[in-house]
Amino acid sequence: MLSPEQVVDTYFLEARHMLLEIAALLDRYDAAAARSGSHQSQSQGQATTTTTAADAKLAVLREALGVLREQGSTSERTVALLELFARV
Amino acid sequence: MQIIQPHYHAIARTAQDYERMAMSGVVAVAEPAFWAGFDRLYPETFIDYFRQISEFEPTRAAQYGIRHFSWVAVNPKEAENPTLTREVLKSFPEFFAKPTVLGVGETGLHKSTKNECSSLEAHVEIAMKHGQLVLIHTPHLADKAHGTKRVLEVLAGMNVDRDRVWIDHVEEQTIRPCLDAGYWVGFTLYPITKCSPKRAVDLLEKYGTERILVNSSADWGPSDPFTLQECVLEYRRRGHSLQEAIEVFHNNPCRFLGQNPKFDIKPIRVETVI
Repeated sequence: MLSPEQVVDTYFLEARHMLLEIAALLDRYDAAAARSGSHQSQSQGQATTTTTAADAKLAVLREALGVLREQGSTSERTVALLELFARV
Repeated sequence: MQIIQPHYHAIARTAQDYERMAMSGVVAVAEPAFWAGFDRLYPETFIDYFRQISEFEPTRAAQYGIRHFSWVAVNPKEAENPTLTREVLKSFPEFFAKPTVLGVGETGLHKSTKNECSSLEAHVEIAMKHGQLVLIHTPHLADKAHGTKRVLEVLAGMNVDRDRVWIDHVEEQTIRPCLDAGYWVGFTLYPITKCSPKRAVDLLEKYGTERILVNSSADWGPSDPFTLQECVLEYRRRGHSLQEAIEVFHNNPCRFLGQNPKFDIKPIRVETVI
């Protein structure tokens, strides 16, 4: 099994890559919202359902980032995130 | 769709990659001189390497209907041996005369040392003197921003035709100063350590498509030539038209590389036949 140092050394670049992808996703969302003129849900029909679901997913992603930010509190971050993602 | 892979280290890849690239629409690749994974000691080692990429590799690519072009350079990682660099530079004019050599590259910086900056300057100088194109490598990861700034500083002190210089491996934190200074830029798509296909499309949407090249490098390390096709797919999936994709992934390489008349593949436009 790996030592703590080996865990960081082995997976640092992969984690960096994944975090950059998340950052890019959030930037992409902001750019799209700016293009459409609003972060708010649309008000009619199918558009309402779609945008509301998207808002919920985005909120869960932001909440997940908060879970990851906590240091040393639990070794069950993966379980916490799976339970979180089960809400959407 | 026809695609040009403008930065591809073919000698590190198998024939199967050529075959699959041909099947996925790749019509041409351009191979910059690269680091061998260890620091070479002898000028002759470089000269044989340049012969390999300028004479042999085009024949291997041709078996799959792919045009192969190349560049010559001493890699930035080997610039700490100035004597070697000077000797290898003497061989460049011989290779500029080869029918598929497009210019000098990839030169650039790795750790931005004094010797690396001197080597970059010498490479750009010989390229400009002989009317060649230039492909500049910028450092990876932690050194990216500082190294790119140093590249721009070195170039600013020289008499260069900026339209003929391509600064490669730019990312979100380095693209703007390179474009603002009038150079071409390249996004290099790697599975982990450089730009990703999705981030590249974000950059295209933010900065437009002018003076931008997209490549997947594909060397002997963890890399994948088909990240370029992933990028095409991502670009199309976001609603960009076929012609817009052709402009980025075929026509822009034609526009930059075609400044050297040896690169004779022309931009294309799709038409509906009634």
